[in-house]
Amino acid sequence: MALDPATVRRIATLARIRVEDAEVDKLQGELNVIFGWIEQLNEVDVTGVAPLTGASHMAMKMREDVVNDGGYPERILFNAPDRAGEFFAVPKVVE
Amino acid sequence: MGYALEGRTGTWEVVVGLEVHAQVVSKAKLFSGAATAFGAEPNTQVSYVDAAFPGMLPVINKVCVEQAVKTGLGLNAQINNVSRFDRKNYFYADLPAGYQISQFEHPIVGKGEIEIELSDGSTKAIGVTRLHLEQDAGKSLHDQHPTKTYIDLNRAGVALMEIVSEPDIRSPEEAGAYVRKLRSILRYLGTCDGNMEEGSLRADVNVSVRKAGEEYRTRCEIKNVNSVRFVMQAVEVEALRQIDVWESGEEVRQETRLFDPNRGVTRPMRSKEDAHDYRYFPDPDLLPLVLEQGWVDALKAGLPELPDAKKARFIGDYGLSAYDASVLVAEQATAWFFEVVAKGRDAKQAANWVTGDFFAAMNRLGRTIEDPPVSAEALGRLLDLMADKTINGKIAKEVFEAMVETGKDPAAIVDEKGLRQVTDTGAIDAAVDKILAANQDKVAEYKSGKDKLFGFFVGQTMKAMAGKGNPALVNEILKRRLG
Amino acid sequence: MTQVLTDLTIAEAQAGLRDKRFSAEELALAHLHAIETLNPRLNAYLSVGHAQAVEQARAADRALAEGDTRPLLGIPLAIKDLFCTLGVRTTAGSKMLMPFIPPYESTVTANLLRDGAVFLGKANMDEFAMGSSNMTSHFGPVENPWKRRRDESAVLVPGGSSGGSAAAVAARLAMGATGTDTGGSIRQPASFCGLVGVKPTYGRCSRWGVIAFASSLDHPGPFARTVRDTAILLNSMAGHDPKDSTSADVAVPDFEKACERSVKGLRIGVPREYRSDGMPGEIEALWQQGIAWLKAAGAEIVDVSLPHTKYGLGTYYIVAPAEASSNLARYDGVRFGRRENGEDLRDLYERTRAEGFGPEVRRRIMIGTYVLSAGYYDAFYLRAQKVRALILRDFDEAFQRVDALLTPTAPSAAFALGEKMDDPIKMYLNDVFTVPANLAGVPAASVPAGLDSNGLPLGLQVITRSFDEETMFAVSAALERAAGFSALPTLRAGA
Repeated sequence: MALDPATVRRIATLARIRVEDAEVDKLQGELNVIFGWIEQLNEVDVTGVAPLTGASHMAMKMREDVVNDGGYPERILFNAPDRAGEFFAVPKVVE
Repeated sequence: MGYALEGRTGTWEVVVGLEVHAQVVSKAKLFSGAATAFGAEPNTQVSYVDAAFPGMLPVINKVCVEQAVKTGLGLNAQINNVSRFDRKNYFYADLPAGYQISQFEHPIVGKGEIEIELSDGSTKAIGVTRLHLEQDAGKSLHDQHPTKTYIDLNRAGVALMEIVSEPDIRSPEEAGAYVRKLRSILRYLGTCDGNMEEGSLRADVNVSVRKAGEEYRTRCEIKNVNSVRFVMQAVEVEALRQIDVWESGEEVRQETRLFDPNRGVTRPMRSKEDAHDYRYFPDPDLLPLVLEQGWVDALKAGLPELPDAKKARFIGDYGLSAYDASVLVAEQATAWFFEVVAKGRDAKQAANWVTGDFFAAMNRLGRTIEDPPVSAEALGRLLDLMADKTINGKIAKEVFEAMVETGKDPAAIVDEKGLRQVTDTGAIDAAVDKILAANQDKVAEYKSGKDKLFGFFVGQTMKAMAGKGNPALVNEILKRRLG
Repeated sequence: MTQVLTDLTIAEAQAGLRDKRFSAEELALAHLHAIETLNPRLNAYLSVGHAQAVEQARAADRALAEGDTRPLLGIPLAIKDLFCTLGVRTTAGSKMLMPFIPPYESTVTANLLRDGAVFLGKANMDEFAMGSSNMTSHFGPVENPWKRRRDESAVLVPGGSSGGSAAAVAARLAMGATGTDTGGSIRQPASFCGLVGVKPTYGRCSRWGVIAFASSLDHPGPFARTVRDTAILLNSMAGHDPKDSTSADVAVPDFEKACERSVKGLRIGVPREYRSDGMPGEIEALWQQGIAWLKAAGAEIVDVSLPHTKYGLGTYYIVAPAEASSNLARYDGVRFGRRENGEDLRDLYERTRAEGFGPEVRRRIMIGTYVLSAGYYDAFYLRAQKVRALILRDFDEAFQRVDALLTPTAPSAAFALGEKMDDPIKMYLNDVFTVPANLAGVPAASVPAGLDSNGLPLGLQVITRSFDEETMFAVSAALERAAGFSALPTLRAGA
């Protein structure tokens, strides 16, 4: 299951990480080594095994429907690289 | 054959499935304690969780879960006692975490059904595939600045129920009826306010076309359609577009589109490039959602009577027509109003008054059933005045208008204006005497067999009595005197 | 005063403060002074909160004077820079978060402050906790205070990802520290730096306010120089947090007291699969020594099997990157952190993330994105979750027969800066013994047990059942007593 350069680019696009053309080869090599190594999992017989999603064995607790958070726009916006008044600002998006 | 579209190459059928996003009625968001109220100042109803700050974690709101279960029960659907939350991964300016917490593989509600009513009086069952809980995104404002988009996260993290229908819908009318019926059920349950203008209810419309007997062809998804009328229009224009594509020898591409109501067209949506690969996986910040059967049963026991059941009861118990019953049950508040008016009275007469003069006044004045121009109790007392013959039907309309105008009680208006019905036979006799004396030619005609003139005498007598004569007595006396 | 304050254990400092032998301010200043001297070389701290630490220490002195008995009053600690601290820059070792100032305090650090702790500063770490050497930090590597006996010039790594925390505690620049352990990030640096490091049960310490790497594997936990000190710290850090859905609503026992428990009659399992072919003889010998110590202390040694051990790393390198690829999607240059401008929003995202993340983080995001992507989910992610279930089953079955497991912590002692950097897999193999406990969520501790032939510390790992940290502390304390580990790092305050 070797990754080709097109797949490396597709993955980078999905992950929104800019990859320069010169980097593709190196990344492809590294990822293929790692995936080659991970392939050892194919040896394991997992027939009938239910997947484990987490290390906790509890049922989920629920919060009450109470408004006890929010109301601090300045603290929400304080770290923003760009803002316009009480809004976050990004380059114009075309839908 | 129902709805069909004629193309150059023959007749096409439209296949529609709807994904309705219904904002859950709750005080706080699905996974945070921030408020959900509509119309707040930007970013004031945002917690660090909603803005996906580093290290923040979701904790589920119990009422949102309750609302989803109630809705599932209201759609006669399977409630899944164990469900799970997954992350749907994609980048978008108003999606702070870079993923939406949703339910992909194991939704909280499974298969159900909605019965829709069509204009020809027929009904049709539309399958519901599933209902799941998910987070809403924030809001992007594209028109505030020439080169920037502004982001308000107030809506980010508000609970939505996504209700997915089977592709059972075959016409714009059915699509509209489905949305209206679903909206009605949600409002009855109190799980969504159904306010499409504020975006509490939005539909993604999946449309494809095919020729009779074919398998499904490629579908397109029209995102975020926000009124019943636009849903119906979007189905039609998208179907016509697809027919045109197929008939010009091309293929319809599976894609996400937007409906532009001003131009009446759909166009591809640029921002959905990752739609093919959302990389769903179980959200490791949350545990499985386990519902106790007893808890579900208790919610079921507490459900209100829903539109279908209410309609059947109105037809059965009150003898209403299917049409009147449908009109009265569409909104729970209307049904309540009607039942207050009808209680202990002539139900058909109550229905006629509510759907007739009352609705007319409400619409004319721009009022709502929650803020009615006349209270149900007062309207009931007006009906009582007719029943005990204090006033007749014609005077009742006059009294009703006075009630709308002044807000006074009907009995007070009747007294004030001296509208009490005349049941004194002496007074009626006197009026009849005058009319007969003044119209001797007509009396002669009547006696020579022109029966139709009877109505003329009734009308003249009532007019002479300023409408207050008891119609039955007037009739009786005239019959006797002319007979 | 001849006594070197920075050499005290937390337990000793508690007594000294109570008896007014020194003040919390003196204790804090001694550490701040040591940091000033040694940190420019070690790079263990990314930021030092001198003024805040002194202020907290003075408050502790006032409280002590009033008879306040909160357990950590005046105890100076280092905080891994993955824990969000109110108003104090928190970077996760990344360029991405260089400008980030959290407007909130993580639950774990808030618990420590509640109990009176003094925070000296934020500790260096591998970027977003991805690494086993601290070499992926954007802010430069950390130097291990330990030196090879015959090669004092070689700069060794402290391990990772909590390398700054470990180096700080080893060099006496803090009495204890917080760390996080996703695949060994507390235990492996503890082993490399001659410290005790504890990864408690999953759900024992809240993850709220801890910058996420892999949510189902991330465990906050303590470092200190003695088992008892880690128990004292964990007692403060632990507890149910309604803000974390995965936090366990389980009572927190007295861990400190558990350190005094006898191991007599306990059944200690020795998993045969940890005996890999390439294991250095010194590590094998130390392991045998540990077995002998526990036997001498009255424990019963049982040979056990954890058949899926060898698949732990492969599973980990699917699950952790998958979760990370999603957890790190929020670093998009919109609401906080770094932004690189671009032609449009998408270009902004791609440039921000290419510039803001270092190569290891980018690599893991790519791995995670791939294993979750359409067509590969079943082959990678789903299969890994199934193998994870088998690994948990291995532990469940072993713990039906034994009370604790004893293994080496890491396959080697600290290595030199620059080693293993060329080959990611060689680096990943560092975690081979520690990863299974993260996958299963069971508690595990590393205890310094001896030195290799270079004079570098080596740790032994004690693993117990979920929520049975008490047995873990009892066994760890028994090993500590038997080992009598007294070697000191070359670079340390007061040396």
